[in-house]
Amino acid sequence: MQMKARTTGLAAMAIIIALLPITFPNPYYYDIADTALFNAVLCVGLNLLIGYTGQISLGHAGFFALGAYASAILTLRWQVPPLAALLAGAVAVGALAFVIARPILRLKGHYLAMATLGIGIIIYIVLNTEGWLTGGPDGLMADNFTVLGWKIKGDGSWYWVGGGLLLLAVWLSLNLIDSPVGRALRAVHGSEVGAEVVGVNTTHYKVLVFVVSAVFASVVGSLYAHKTGLITPGIGSFFRSVELVTMVVLGGMASTFGAVVGAIILSVLPHVLTTFEDYEAVVLGLIMMSTMIFMPKGLVPTVMRRLRRRRAAA
Amino acid sequence: MSLLRVNELSKGFGGVLAVADLSFTINAGTIHSIIGPNGAGKTTLFNLITGVYRPTSGRILFDDVDITGKRPYELAALGMSRTFQNLQIFFNMTAVENVMVGAHLHLQPRLLPSLLHLPSVRRRDAACRERCLELIEFVGCGKYRDADAASMPYGALKRLEIARALASQPRLLLLDEPAAGLNATESREIDDVIKRVAAQGVTVVLVEHDMKMVMGLSDHILALDYGRKLAEGTPEEVGKNPDVINAYLGAAN
Amino acid sequence: MFAEFLQYLLSGITVGAIYALAGLGFAIIYNSSHVINFAQGEFIMIGGMATSSLVAAGLPMWAAVLLAVLITMLVGVALEYFAVKPARNADVVTIIIITIGASIFLRGMAQIIWDKESHSLPAFSGETPIHLMGATIVPQSLWVIGVSFLAILVLGWFFNRTLFGKAMLATAYNRLAAQLMGIRVKRVLTASFGMSAILGAIGGIVVTPITYTNYEAGVMLGLKGFSAAVLGGLGNGMGAVVGGLIVGVAESLGAGYISSAYKDAIAFVIILFVLFFMPSGLFGKRGTERV
Repeated sequence: MQMKARTTGLAAMAIIIALLPITFPNPYYYDIADTALFNAVLCVGLNLLIGYTGQISLGHAGFFALGAYASAILTLRWQVPPLAALLAGAVAVGALAFVIARPILRLKGHYLAMATLGIGIIIYIVLNTEGWLTGGPDGLMADNFTVLGWKIKGDGSWYWVGGGLLLLAVWLSLNLIDSPVGRALRAVHGSEVGAEVVGVNTTHYKVLVFVVSAVFASVVGSLYAHKTGLITPGIGSFFRSVELVTMVVLGGMASTFGAVVGAIILSVLPHVLTTFEDYEAVVLGLIMMSTMIFMPKGLVPTVMRRLRRRRAAA
Repeated sequence: MSLLRVNELSKGFGGVLAVADLSFTINAGTIHSIIGPNGAGKTTLFNLITGVYRPTSGRILFDDVDITGKRPYELAALGMSRTFQNLQIFFNMTAVENVMVGAHLHLQPRLLPSLLHLPSVRRRDAACRERCLELIEFVGCGKYRDADAASMPYGALKRLEIARALASQPRLLLLDEPAAGLNATESREIDDVIKRVAAQGVTVVLVEHDMKMVMGLSDHILALDYGRKLAEGTPEEVGKNPDVINAYLGAAN
Repeated sequence: MFAEFLQYLLSGITVGAIYALAGLGFAIIYNSSHVINFAQGEFIMIGGMATSSLVAAGLPMWAAVLLAVLITMLVGVALEYFAVKPARNADVVTIIIITIGASIFLRGMAQIIWDKESHSLPAFSGETPIHLMGATIVPQSLWVIGVSFLAILVLGWFFNRTLFGKAMLATAYNRLAAQLMGIRVKRVLTASFGMSAILGAIGGIVVTPITYTNYEAGVMLGLKGFSAAVLGGLGNGMGAVVGGLIVGVAESLGAGYISSAYKDAIAFVIILFVLFFMPSGLFGKRGTERV
């Protein structure tokens, strides 16, 4: 049953990703779509931490930015091949996440929110300040991404990379959730002490998922740097972290497809709202508040439940 | 044949001793009950034994191994599990998934194989699911097997917690007020489950207020008051003990 | 040497007083509702912006201040009524998103109603610096410190000496019991948002002559206030005040002696350090989980 739902979901996503470009009237749409896909991949990872394991992070943009800067710095200054730079960034960010995870994840609720927020802001300030390495507020250029002589260039090619990566991320996430590790993560969310007494080392799993979600963010950050060609500290700001959490919560916590939907909506929204210009912040704030008030479980789970109920009634 | 030995155990909360200088032994293969008026320190004692709290002083030995200060998950690996007075169900999961978390230790949960859903993981998961469904059947929750835990009635959740604990294949099972909040019929069903668990060779320790249940089930009873041992012995001995009667009836005597 | 230190200390206490007010605002709301109000910084911004525009419109200072405090209070009450109350039983993450949404919304409104420029206010009693053992201090700093101190005193009196204040404390301690004793818990919630907004507005008004204000000025002030509240132990009012002063002074000393670029990072480094070793802040209750 579950297997079937998973394959249908993945297949539907693959078809949408494959056919969507037909509807793009101009190349600018690829640029928006790329950003949406990248955010979606990041949110699938963040959802493992927030949605499934129930641990909030208000600093994930920091890990994204570190991945981006690692790639830009390594490829540009030391001519490291892009793929190697991406992996080095991921390992470094994973190691950093591992070191801070243990003390941080002992905290709960608002204290955890405060600590992760603090980490994010410190990363942001370091990127802004250490200009000799990061270029400071002006940012840093990054080159094209080349793997084995093949150059990913232009928003069109990045679209297929992002699409493929998203399918992979969703597949991995769905696998994980329906596995012993995934159940342990969800058990941590359900009741930590209840999980402990049947042998789940909750600390271990919290650290694990924190590292995994940070690595997701780092990898996406690396690719983002190569795609846009110019990165600034702003990509690691507090606002950006909040935006990522909002994507996850808006789409639906503890729903992999929800994270994807939330990421896409919030990535596309600013482009729809450009016509309102000054009202962008007001509308975004209103959307955040009203979805949380009227659909605290998020879009996808709420819609799914309504559909199921209607089917049950029919 | 002592499975669990508690030596001069004490736990203080800001100067008040909830458990004071307590020593007792639990033998393998018995149903052992801990009774006492509200606030006697029963749940605190459970939390100490299962590693949820750290004792202020004293030792706890499980199978002659010193387990003082070990965390609950380590104790689970040694063969100890428990249920809770206030449900600690995973309400974000289905009934069978709850029980499958109980089998966590027997599944070799590793990240990479889980991410890739390797055939070995799937095979083990399928087998695990079968065993867990049997356990759900065993505690009498068969009709809820794939229901969301959040939609199950209270009485069924109490039994689901027992099934989850059993899935970890414990040698010692601690049940904290398994009949609390249940009606007479449900109480009898729990009673029956406990008997069948014990019959499989699992040592059971109960905290329970339902005296009828305690007297009917237990091989051995430990009575506490203000964190201290009041009496210990067979149900008949404890039931006749004047201190126990006094503690329960209090000023009325 | 000493003069320099004194200089940093004085400016640290000045900003620290603002952080203390913001932290107190967090604590009051947290106590009555267990909500962390990420829009607390926006109260500070609205207080400053409203006063500045009312003065520019020709109102005398005292009238502008009163009106601005009133406006901010109404914003706080509206926030509780429209955004927080409907989500009463939601979990922590949901409410965090709601109040962050509210802060973004308020910032957006400020940008529409006013603009993106910096705004100022004339200093309350001139700008002639006062010399003090080699350090200088502008009179407005004394206003900031004095008014904050007064606000904290009034608040202390309110909570300890008035019936409604005691009712608020009782609600914080045990909501259900308070309700059973006939305390109108709903009114307490509304009042806590109103009071926090007033505190924020007061802070915003007295500090604007020194720091200026703009539609985004509340973000960092709010986050520092949150740090102050967490540092002191969430829900502990006096803790938040001490936390605010610690953050302010540490920031000022750090900026002076270590690096001014890392000024804003210092608060967060301190908070991480404290949380690593004292997971419930300096004066927070160490709770034992009941199972």
